[in-house]
Amino acid sequence: MVEIRNVSKQYGSKNVVENVSLRIAKGKITSFIGPNGAGKSTLLSMISRLLTKDQGEILLEGTEIGQCKSSDLAKKISILKQTNHITVRLTIRELVSFGRFPYSQGNLTKEDWKHVDEAIRYMELGDIQHKYLDQLSGGQRQRAYIAMVVAQNTEYILLDEPLNNLDMKHSVQIMKVLRRLVDEMGKTVVIVIHDINFASVYSDYIVALKDGKVVREGTTNEIISAQTLKDVYDMDIQIEDIDENKICVYYA
Amino acid sequence: MKKRYLVIALILLSIASLFIGVKDISPLELFDLTEEKTQVMWISRVPRLISIIIAGVSMSIVGLIMQQLTRNKFVSPTTAGTEDSVRFGILVSLMVFTDASPWLKLLVAFVFALLGTFIFMKILEKIKFKDSIFIPLVGLMFGNIVGSITMFFAYKYDLIRNMTAWLHGDFSSIMKGSYELLYLSIPLVIIAYLFANKFTIAGMGEEFAINLGLNYKQVVNIGLIIVAMVSSLVILTVGTIPFLGLIIPNIVTLYLGDNLKKSLSHTALLGAVFVLCCDILGRLIIFPYEISIGLMVGVVGSAIFIFLLMRRKAYDR
Repeated sequence: MVEIRNVSKQYGSKNVVENVSLRIAKGKITSFIGPNGAGKSTLLSMISRLLTKDQGEILLEGTEIGQCKSSDLAKKISILKQTNHITVRLTIRELVSFGRFPYSQGNLTKEDWKHVDEAIRYMELGDIQHKYLDQLSGGQRQRAYIAMVVAQNTEYILLDEPLNNLDMKHSVQIMKVLRRLVDEMGKTVVIVIHDINFASVYSDYIVALKDGKVVREGTTNEIISAQTLKDVYDMDIQIEDIDENKICVYYA
Repeated sequence: MKKRYLVIALILLSIASLFIGVKDISPLELFDLTEEKTQVMWISRVPRLISIIIAGVSMSIVGLIMQQLTRNKFVSPTTAGTEDSVRFGILVSLMVFTDASPWLKLLVAFVFALLGTFIFMKILEKIKFKDSIFIPLVGLMFGNIVGSITMFFAYKYDLIRNMTAWLHGDFSSIMKGSYELLYLSIPLVIIAYLFANKFTIAGMGEEFAINLGLNYKQVVNIGLIIVAMVSSLVILTVGTIPFLGLIIPNIVTLYLGDNLKKSLSHTALLGAVFVLCCDILGRLIIFPYEISIGLMVGVVGSAIFIFLLMRRKAYDR
């Protein structure tokens, strides 16, 4: 379990994240939603030690992450940020093999390669594994990065806007993959996501943030309600039940 | 390009290099050399070959490391102010300690190179506008500023003649006893090999590196130390070989990608082969005189550099 206690972060004099306390449940998908500038990505970056926090504690299985060695954390928690502008020319297979770096420091054993092969198979990238990242479509590239995280084999997987720049088909594909990671492999997934309908359909828990504070948190059912969403987004959102899913209609 | 072909080319060119020169030595008499010819061989030809290979290998490798760490294909010791900083350091060592030993010169040059490269990296962090051409331009400007400071003091203290030796790469003056410092590059190249994976990961960005538990800052610093040291060594013993660290890695990554573990050995081999080619050509074109390696690589290299700039669309993704 990840426990966040009274965490704050300032940029200059501006509080980007203010006194946030949360618990992230194991074996579930938790989505961070909220308007731009709500501090979602900053919070995710702090949980994954990419950013240092100014105040508070973040406990991973009871241990403050600041006390952990970065190389040990790499075996427990992984993070993918928006990766659309990476210019490095690697093949999918090479990229995925870097996911084993925390275990092998670059000298991969047979065991490591087995993980790499499995991750590639799991993400259905076998046919194109020798293609370079710059030859791939956005959806394929996102899958390649997720494959790397699968090979990294961490209990916690954090993703910052994994659907950014993807079309509907690839977005659904990615969300289904995340669902499978949780349901089949028992991972804990935390995502920052803008599309509240994807959050509604695929996540177990939702944390709604606004102006650096948690407005509400709870199960998907509790959060996807007209009143809560109005508090978060300052707009009237109509909610329809379609096939047991709650779909938000906010286009007009 | 197969590695095998590069190795064969390197061996053939190395042999050719040994038998080209004003003193006519034929391969047939290799086991029956006169004392004079033996001396030419051991005092001049062999040291020259060794220094060509070491300089070619190590400059290409540090270029590759720099491009990886800055995530920019056009950054190299030439285009990041490193070489100018080395020369500034040499000048300072000449000014402050009039009879500076090679070791002292190396130390001062290294400190300046490291400082110059760090300043460039700091500038890089501050630049918001990350255009792939803009960054090396900034580096060139920075290098020229350092270079003009060097020139100013060189004129003022009448050291200009001493400085030209380091402005211009030249293998003709390499002789037994004058190049041995260059051997220090070999352990640095080995360290670069050992860190190949870490450099590749660092090249994916700080966040990517931290996610994998890599000590990003440490790896970048080690890379920059290797870059500064190798540049100092090569400039002190051979002189500046412009563009070498830029074109060779670019050609190799074109067909091998950015996985350093895969591309390092090709880069090293191609670097050696390229410098050998240029050196042999430079020795043959106006035989029995020589065109210096700095000029040869400068001409060929800048042409290739322009070509790479023209096709930079391939890098702008």
